[in-house]
Amino acid sequence: MRRQPFRAAEGGHLIDRSEPLRFDFDGHRQEGYRGDSLASGLLAAGVRIVARSFKYHRPRGVWGFGSEEPGAMVATGVREEVRPNLKATEIELADGLMAFGQNAWPSVAWDLGAAVGMAGNVLPAGFYYKTFMWPPRWWLALYEPVLRRMAGFGPAPSAPDGAFYAKRRMHADVLVAGGGPAGVAAALAAARAGAKVVLADENVRFGGGLLRAPGEIGESDGLAWIDAAIGELEAMANVRLLRRATVTGYYDHNLLLVAERAGGDAAPGTPETRLWFVRAREAVIAAGAHERPLLFAGNDRPGVMSASAAGGYAHAYGVLAGQRAVIAGNNDSIYAVARLLRGAGVSIAAVADARAESGARDLPCRPGRTVERALGSRRVRGALLRRTDGRAGDRSERIACDLVAVAGGWSPAVHLHTQARGSLSYDEERGLVLPDRPGGANRSAGAAAGRFDLDGCLAEGWAAGVAAAAASGHERPAGEPPRSPDRVAGDAPVFWRIGAGKQFVDLQYDVTAADVELAAREGYRSVEHVKRYTALGMGTDQGKTSGMAGLVLLSEAIGRPVARTGTTTFRPPYTPVPMAAMAAGLIGEGRDALRRTAADDWHEARGAVFTAAGLWRRPSYYPREGMDEEEAISAEVREVRAGVGIVDVGTLGKVDVQGRDAAAFLDLVYANRISTLKAGRGRYGLMLREDGRVFDDGVVMRLGENHFYLTTTTAQHHAAMQHMEFLLQTVWPELEVYATDVSEHWFAAALAGPGSRALLGEVAPGLDVSDEAFPMMAVRAATVAGLSALVFRMSYSGELSYEIAAPADHGLALWTRLLTAGREHGLTPYGTEAMGVMRIEKGHVTHAEADGRTTPDDLGLGRMVNAGRRSIGRRSLDLPALCRKGRQQLVGLAVIDPEARIPPGCQVAERDDMRPAAPLGHVTSFCYSPTLGRAIALALVENGRSRIGQTVYVASPVTGLAMAAEIVPPVFYDAEGTRLRG
Amino acid sequence: MLLIPCPFCGDRDETEFAYGGDAGTERPADPGAATDEAWTDYLCFHDNPKGPHREFWFHRDGCRRWLTVERDTHTHELGAVRLSRP
Amino acid sequence: MAAMQRYSIFSLLRGALSGHRGWQPAWRAPEPKSSYDVVIVGGGGHGLATAYYLARNHGIANVAVLERGWIGGGNTGRNTTIVRSNYLLPENQRFYEHSLKLWEGLSRDLNYNVMFSPRGVINVFHTDAQRDYWIRRHNGMRYAGIDAELLTRSDLARLVPALDLSPAIRHPIVGGVIQPRGGVARHDAVAWGYARAADALGVDIIQDCEVTGIDIQAGRVTGLQTSRGPIGAGRVGLAVAGHSSRLVEMAGIRLPIETHLLTATVSEPVKPFMDKVVSVAAAHVYVSQTDKGEVLIGGTLDGYNSWSQRGSPARLEDILSAACEYFPRVSRLRQLRHWAGVMDMSMDGSPIIARLPVEGLAMTGGWCYGGFKATPASGWCLAWTLANDAPHALNAPFSLERFRTGAVLDENGAGPVAWGH
Repeated sequence: MRRQPFRAAEGGHLIDRSEPLRFDFDGHRQEGYRGDSLASGLLAAGVRIVARSFKYHRPRGVWGFGSEEPGAMVATGVREEVRPNLKATEIELADGLMAFGQNAWPSVAWDLGAAVGMAGNVLPAGFYYKTFMWPPRWWLALYEPVLRRMAGFGPAPSAPDGAFYAKRRMHADVLVAGGGPAGVAAALAAARAGAKVVLADENVRFGGGLLRAPGEIGESDGLAWIDAAIGELEAMANVRLLRRATVTGYYDHNLLLVAERAGGDAAPGTPETRLWFVRAREAVIAAGAHERPLLFAGNDRPGVMSASAAGGYAHAYGVLAGQRAVIAGNNDSIYAVARLLRGAGVSIAAVADARAESGARDLPCRPGRTVERALGSRRVRGALLRRTDGRAGDRSERIACDLVAVAGGWSPAVHLHTQARGSLSYDEERGLVLPDRPGGANRSAGAAAGRFDLDGCLAEGWAAGVAAAAASGHERPAGEPPRSPDRVAGDAPVFWRIGAGKQFVDLQYDVTAADVELAAREGYRSVEHVKRYTALGMGTDQGKTSGMAGLVLLSEAIGRPVARTGTTTFRPPYTPVPMAAMAAGLIGEGRDALRRTAADDWHEARGAVFTAAGLWRRPSYYPREGMDEEEAISAEVREVRAGVGIVDVGTLGKVDVQGRDAAAFLDLVYANRISTLKAGRGRYGLMLREDGRVFDDGVVMRLGENHFYLTTTTAQHHAAMQHMEFLLQTVWPELEVYATDVSEHWFAAALAGPGSRALLGEVAPGLDVSDEAFPMMAVRAATVAGLSALVFRMSYSGELSYEIAAPADHGLALWTRLLTAGREHGLTPYGTEAMGVMRIEKGHVTHAEADGRTTPDDLGLGRMVNAGRRSIGRRSLDLPALCRKGRQQLVGLAVIDPEARIPPGCQVAERDDMRPAAPLGHVTSFCYSPTLGRAIALALVENGRSRIGQTVYVASPVTGLAMAAEIVPPVFYDAEGTRLRG
Repeated sequence: MLLIPCPFCGDRDETEFAYGGDAGTERPADPGAATDEAWTDYLCFHDNPKGPHREFWFHRDGCRRWLTVERDTHTHELGAVRLSRP
Repeated sequence: MAAMQRYSIFSLLRGALSGHRGWQPAWRAPEPKSSYDVVIVGGGGHGLATAYYLARNHGIANVAVLERGWIGGGNTGRNTTIVRSNYLLPENQRFYEHSLKLWEGLSRDLNYNVMFSPRGVINVFHTDAQRDYWIRRHNGMRYAGIDAELLTRSDLARLVPALDLSPAIRHPIVGGVIQPRGGVARHDAVAWGYARAADALGVDIIQDCEVTGIDIQAGRVTGLQTSRGPIGAGRVGLAVAGHSSRLVEMAGIRLPIETHLLTATVSEPVKPFMDKVVSVAAAHVYVSQTDKGEVLIGGTLDGYNSWSQRGSPARLEDILSAACEYFPRVSRLRQLRHWAGVMDMSMDGSPIIARLPVEGLAMTGGWCYGGFKATPASGWCLAWTLANDAPHALNAPFSLERFRTGAVLDENGAGPVAWGH
């Protein structure tokens, strides 16, 4: 047998016969030409069954020509490389392409799942709502797994998509969606007017409907005119042409998304899909129209297809969709299709025109007739024709054929128009849902607006281009719109079905006319109910071909005019968009940059184990030979408490606040009073949210009368900064204050431990480090290790401690010089774990305690609130629920068994049985304290301060651990603070 | 995706901004004198119209100015955009 | 009225023999009467459930449900269908656990398969702080009598092979927790099942009926003005989450609620590869695979007041990139459609199921992210509140007064920022 038995001897403007390609479908080697789609290649090879349907596993062939294809769903690639749910009509043939029909085992030709189809009678729309309720456990164990396996569609991939995807953003005056005659005319008009134009079309070649059927523009062939116009546009600097590019979504403020696919012959490095985000001042929607099906029994059989598609395969690819065709329809297009097919070598068995009066002498016409039933099971073998007026006594005519080409009229592609919130109207006479009032700066033109004659499309497209250019500030272009002798309106009366039997509305989800009627009978009468009850239009073709038929059927079933039934919402995207394209650039560090402090290189070289703190990574601890994690952390703690340690605190937020009203402003921002600070001194500062809950804390240093330097926590740095800017710009704009985020400008490290003074004295010889000259909570400018720095004396660890801040560029130098100088002093670098242990020992709170629900009093900080009644959050503290008795309060917990270790996420309970009961509270922070020789924790416990001395249980039911602990005050270590004043 | 005309920076995507909520809610000048009801009105009971709304936006990744923006919450059409503190 | 036609495999087989011509409407389409004992505004899951429980639990069947469009057309049909009770605060735990228990018997209760599928809801975490939080939350659930378990990385590898557990990703996953009884249900079926069961008990479900005013005399609600004429009512329950502010405003009441958009999206259907519901803390994304085979992905709010029902592509980029990052194989699929729900975001992230300061008027709303899973208990509690003119212990904490006293239920600790929850 010939390799391409259904390829005509000549013709096909999209293919290059000099370049044959080999491809593989369902394990069989096939041959096509460069320029073929997979669909045309399969048709040429005589492959009719391309996929299996969703529910009944009925054979599915090629129905359409492009993105409207409902049935011919395939997967490409093998095993983990598989790419499911592609439309055969949209895949460009490439040498070596591997493709498979979907939803079938072992193959689409012989699918065991088809057995389900035999039980089809028991499985009407929504059958699953009516059964599978008993016995209760069987739903999860049996019914659902079976349903899930039968459903699905393409194979699930098991590996990530390794291909390259990209995004681009651009602004345009006019975006034209669709490169058929209307779109090209619009682009030409707007571009000649000087507008910056983007013209996007989903096909490999501009031309729209002219790709499928010849037409005449001016004095020449339509496609030749398109090519010339495209040539002109291509040469203009203000125009960008996007081929294989579908406008998929229309969003707020005229943002349109365009998905541009790589072609079969794309250069290496071309993204698989490039997603364009186009901000267009104006849009022209020239997206064309979709041919509708006719409803008759067996209208889903392979070999039944859209008439314009059948013509299109002959015209564009030189492929015969059959050898002997019945063409049926309700509009004039059937005659042109019949002549096109005949010219390509298809024998025309009959042309059935549903209208009584039409006819053509050169064709075997059957006026007033349509298809009642397609014969054959795995493929069409014939058709029964019958009168449409239902006259009694009429007998069906049986005609043998292998192609039934159906033309049910056209549905304008109003998707983008409605995505832009445009309204729709229903033209009863023409049977068309049409764009009405636009919802954004856009206009629809051509078939998308219900103009089906070539001349009308050109005129409307041109006018839309002129108007869009004018609306975006351009003069009227020179020249006149192109004309065409084709002025046949192509309207079709609404005519849908005849006869009985399984008439498919939605080929993908196997929704039949009877399903729609059943839904209506059962009370699902809204068009959205029908869609949801039957799944009509929810497939990957998104109802492009099925929507109108479903709407008319429903309207008939409920006896309501179509105009009042209304359409379903067309949700974006217009055609499916690769997830990987939406994700492009936003994976990993593209989403969240990894932030490193100035001393990060040193930590890395030292072998630190890092931990995440927001976007930052910080040393968690520095591993030691022969020690496990807890031992290494404990060693760091012990060495700080006994000697001196250094920790990188470069991640803290730092804010410089200046201005005449700076002190007054900080009294409003902090719950405690800042204005009483003397220059050169600092204070712990507590910020509340306006609802009275603790927001953040840090240290505020007064550098001068009107100059402050404050720190925030790492976590709340951005929120705190935004909060202060909000207050300054919207609540108290009269205050003269300048708050500047200087976090990026400063690096900081803390020296902690009884040995820190000696070390600081050595590296800062100009600085008097004596307790009298440099007391607790003082700040000094000094030269430290040869670098200018600010030195704060404060303590987080509970030891004598200094925080040294240097310009970020000097951060690494400061750190390494301190480490070098500290060698003699036994300086120990420590990480966040040791820092955390020491702060728990000291009872300092973090965001584990200040979790957005706790008040200052809950945390034992109530006495700090003294700034005044106007300060942020102060008023809320007087609300009844914030000062009621019985709130949870911060306490310490000392585990009694010294060998026990607290697991994460513990609750605090009265008993150790871990049986359901109201817990007393929960652990907020926990550690093993080498200083105390036991595990300790901070916890929020109901009436906690009155329970000090009680024994409770720290428990984690999910880990099965519970241990006794004593409630103690939250400061475990040096409660008097003698060490930090040392 | 909104396109917000920042008075300093020009037309910018919404992703550069942080939303700041209803601009019609005024903080009591003397919170200490406000009743619980007046205070919690300010805290929790804000305008939530379907239609024109005056609201705050912060040009977080730009000039860091707070803007007072008129926007229709149904159509997302923008009206006047001005600096909250001129 | 006629007895409800029972659904079962036998009725389906009988239907097959008769070409399925014998199926009765699942609910009637009655003309509204001049008055009812109770009128429920809102024909979503919550309103229909309220009517059902009023009739079934309290014997109040002279009830109408008024729906502006078609039943189940609001957030009932726009959510990500997750059902769980894995909350932090005891008040929320109790309420949502009650709801979960109602879910567990719902199909048989309603004789309508709502396809509740307790396949397990997993949360994964990345840092020590997140670990402590999630385990604490699940320990709290155990103390509240709710199922909860800890998952190691190898548990995760076994339960969710699609999840990327590599230590090399930007925020490596260190562990997870699961509520095994959590799962998903078929969202539309919940509205339809409640409607059919309520209708069978005598409730009038009136679609295409928009409420335009609330009649109040001497501080008491007496009826409603509607697009189909005035309807008298002894009591009125509002179940219109997404639009609560607007309805309640008709009674001169302001709510601590703002309206925000929440985007969700599905891929094309593929064969099953993931049966758990998985939520990823670092990316604020949750992913499941529907029975149809679609990968269903939800995330966080668009972040500004909106009633537009059209989400921003910026949010889509967020949630899809997160899905591709943590479930790498998903990157081979294509996004089929996306939509946005209009959400009642309350000022503390928890709902309001309470009497309002007009006698005879009560509401359920402010659902934030929690509305779908709450459907049965929300209706159950509002029915109780309407029948007894007092809240049940389960919904007493969800009062309106809490925003006046400060006794808010701030599940996330985000403060009074509607879009922060």
